[in-house]
Amino acid sequence: MLRFLVRRLLQAIPTLLILSILVFAWLRSLPGGPAAALLGDKATPEKIADLNHVLGLDQPIILQYFGFLGRAFTGDFGNSLVSTQPVMGEITTFLPATIELGFTAMIIAIIVGIPAGYLSARYRGGPVDNGVILLSLIGVAVPVFFLGYMMQDLLASPLGLPSQGRQTTGLDATAITNFAILDGIMTSEWDAVWDAIRHLILPAFALATIPLAVITRITRASVLEVLNEDFIRTANSKGLTQQVVRRRHVLRNGLLPVVTTIGLQTGALLGGAVLTERVFNFRGLGFLLAEGIERRDYPRLQALLLFGAVVYVLVNMLVDISYGIIDPRVRVR
Amino acid sequence: MQQLRLTRTRRVALIGLAGALAVSLSACAESKREEGAGGGTGGTMIFGAAGNPKLFDPAFNDEGETFRITRQIFDTLIQNKPGTADLEPSLAEKWESSNEGKTWTFTLKSGVKFSDGTAMDATAVCANFDRWYNMKGAAAQSQMIYYGDVFEGFAKNEGDAGGDPVYKSCEAKDPTTAVLNLNKAKGAFPAAFTLPSFSIQSPTAIKQYNGDTVTQSGDSFTYSEYANKHPVGTGPFKFESWDQAKGEITLVRNDSSPSPAKLDKLIFKVIPDENARKQALKAGDINGYDYPNPADYGLLRNDGEQVLIRPSFNVLYLGINQSGPNAAKLKDPRVRQALAYGINREQFVKSKLAEGSEVATEFVPKVISGYTDDVTKYPYDQQKAKDLLKAAGAEGMTLKFYYPTEVSRPYMPNPADTFTAISEDLKKIGINIEAHAEPWNGGYKDDVQKFGKQDLHLLGWTGDYNDAGNFVGTFFGREKKEFGFNNAELFSALAAADASPAGDAHAKAYQEVNKKIMDFLPAVPIAYPTPAIVVGPKVKGLVASPLTDERFNTVTVS
Repeated sequence: MLRFLVRRLLQAIPTLLILSILVFAWLRSLPGGPAAALLGDKATPEKIADLNHVLGLDQPIILQYFGFLGRAFTGDFGNSLVSTQPVMGEITTFLPATIELGFTAMIIAIIVGIPAGYLSARYRGGPVDNGVILLSLIGVAVPVFFLGYMMQDLLASPLGLPSQGRQTTGLDATAITNFAILDGIMTSEWDAVWDAIRHLILPAFALATIPLAVITRITRASVLEVLNEDFIRTANSKGLTQQVVRRRHVLRNGLLPVVTTIGLQTGALLGGAVLTERVFNFRGLGFLLAEGIERRDYPRLQALLLFGAVVYVLVNMLVDISYGIIDPRVRVR
Repeated sequence: MQQLRLTRTRRVALIGLAGALAVSLSACAESKREEGAGGGTGGTMIFGAAGNPKLFDPAFNDEGETFRITRQIFDTLIQNKPGTADLEPSLAEKWESSNEGKTWTFTLKSGVKFSDGTAMDATAVCANFDRWYNMKGAAAQSQMIYYGDVFEGFAKNEGDAGGDPVYKSCEAKDPTTAVLNLNKAKGAFPAAFTLPSFSIQSPTAIKQYNGDTVTQSGDSFTYSEYANKHPVGTGPFKFESWDQAKGEITLVRNDSSPSPAKLDKLIFKVIPDENARKQALKAGDINGYDYPNPADYGLLRNDGEQVLIRPSFNVLYLGINQSGPNAAKLKDPRVRQALAYGINREQFVKSKLAEGSEVATEFVPKVISGYTDDVTKYPYDQQKAKDLLKAAGAEGMTLKFYYPTEVSRPYMPNPADTFTAISEDLKKIGINIEAHAEPWNGGYKDDVQKFGKQDLHLLGWTGDYNDAGNFVGTFFGREKKEFGFNNAELFSALAAADASPAGDAHAKAYQEVNKKIMDFLPAVPIAYPTPAIVVGPKVKGLVASPLTDERFNTVTVS
């Protein structure tokens, strides 16, 4: 297991290096550039050229890249052009919101998706199955931002839920970890906890739709496959109760691909979070990224894209490890 | 049709969601919050800002969302009369120029203090002028966009920025008399003294928190503690906090201000998405926001919100490039006139722009001094356009028409719509259009302004202060890739107008220039669009400003 882990970690280093080159080269190749972004709408081409010189952006790109890499190793990703604050500080400030939102969305996706997929497979062809398939199709097909707007327009007001933000403006809640719910619990500010939960509901459901639909469909397919396996027939013929067969054999074997899917969807959540956080003004990393893209905030984009890549690599490693735990054969190979 | 489709889609989306949501949310219904009402007389105003502020030292800034905040913290020597672009006293009770516009004497209000308790007197005013002029470091100077523009240079120009400084010296004759000496007259004055970048700040606070320090870190800048946490002015509000995680900037009333606020607290909440701002207003989370979508005006009003239309302070134009792919044809004035006659601007303004917008007859809006009705006009006349094209031998020519995407500007809420309307008109007079759409930040501005790849393009401008030079001087004051012409007569007329001291002669000079421009027709002015600002029903006393110079000192929230 240790060798397996070390090997995966070593594999991650070149991946991240290549990614850093790609991210850097991509951002530098975009027209406009940081100087234009810094100077805003009224910048003349001459002023942009001046600022490019001041910022060293007229130097060879290789030199610029090594400068960036050197600073990145010391944790210095520069300052955001939008907020003028250090990007690393921004990431630590905004990360808890994304974790809070992503975690809640994933929990929703798992606790609804697995049973739904399982029931769908068990009652294959029936109305439950058809209903679940239809809903999961809609879940995958409807763009997150559209769904977000629909929820804001149609649900927020009737349900009395806030349609944007993480917290009511002016609510004086103590921030310790920046995890709004956790902070509220730690300081026994129950109003703040309830306020944070209410703010989480709509965005978490919007963000959960795609993973929910995917998990449902994968669970359904996987359970169907397992139900047709010989060992299920054997288990049934041994006279085991249906409950035991389902829990011990069907679910355990059927959940293997689901675990992989959950891992991959956790990575994909970061992408979904960009739109969800933007629509709901939920100030997490996705919000930062969306604002960064819009305002051509290069230092912020560089740091966030690399951060996203690190998270993706880590999540994939965790998936592999959990796979190893569920199915020992993976470790042996 | 579109409405019907949307309704169906909404229904489908709703059905899909309802099941999942109903169970978990049934217990969540709760009445709307009423937070935000302060304990004082004027209450608390929460305003939805479209973007993050950059920093709070206006000298290093040129961006609207930051100025919206710094306008509440600082005062300038002269200000715009609420709701207009006219000048009125602010920190200076009076001002006069002499020595042919090279000397400006400001008589300051007496007894004014900065919110840190130090005196706002002639010495402090001169300290501000000296600070700007003597700013050191290429990083700092490169951020002083407006100072660089108006004062044209620094004591020691750093980086690549050059120029001959307009500023010479500032003398504090007595506590209430500051005399500003310039090396040459500048037509931008006195209107440019209203620019937020020239806000008078506390020299003591600047020194205490290293306000002049701007350092470079990689490809970005780091600003001082002063700029981030301790801005000090004489404005109606004092800075209290900037909560990055919440995106909230909190200001409190400055009781020592010469124009104290009625509100106890003013919170700016950053909500970049326009729809989210609308939702927040509907839900009562905020009391107002800027740049509502013109399509929503009716809905907002039906909901009881107040949509305040600003007088236009901007212009949308169709740019013509006389050195572009079709240089030979577009150099012919008859072809440019044909373009102007061929566009049905009345129809466009009526059908595509927000209420209050008007057809532009020249490149400065009506509220600017220097505007004149006495210019050559080009009313819609298809036949005349065709005749002119025929006479110029330019029938059936193909023009490369560039327009931006992924952007919405106050002067151009919907670029694609604008492009379609104008290109359809041009097709009707026999011009073939080759459309080039490019993202605003992804090549459009470079291709149009830096490389001049286009024949035609869409752009516009929102004014900074009440001076025609800020419009026509910026567009046509020198040879530019964007327009590709070299008209020495026009350039010198603009330079002369800019150098003529403020007053009637100055306005007259620009009126003459505007006539020349509309005869030469380097581009076609299309419209003077009107942006709006929206506030909730409980907000009283907000005056919409053409310059987006809304000051919240007169506002109350009941």
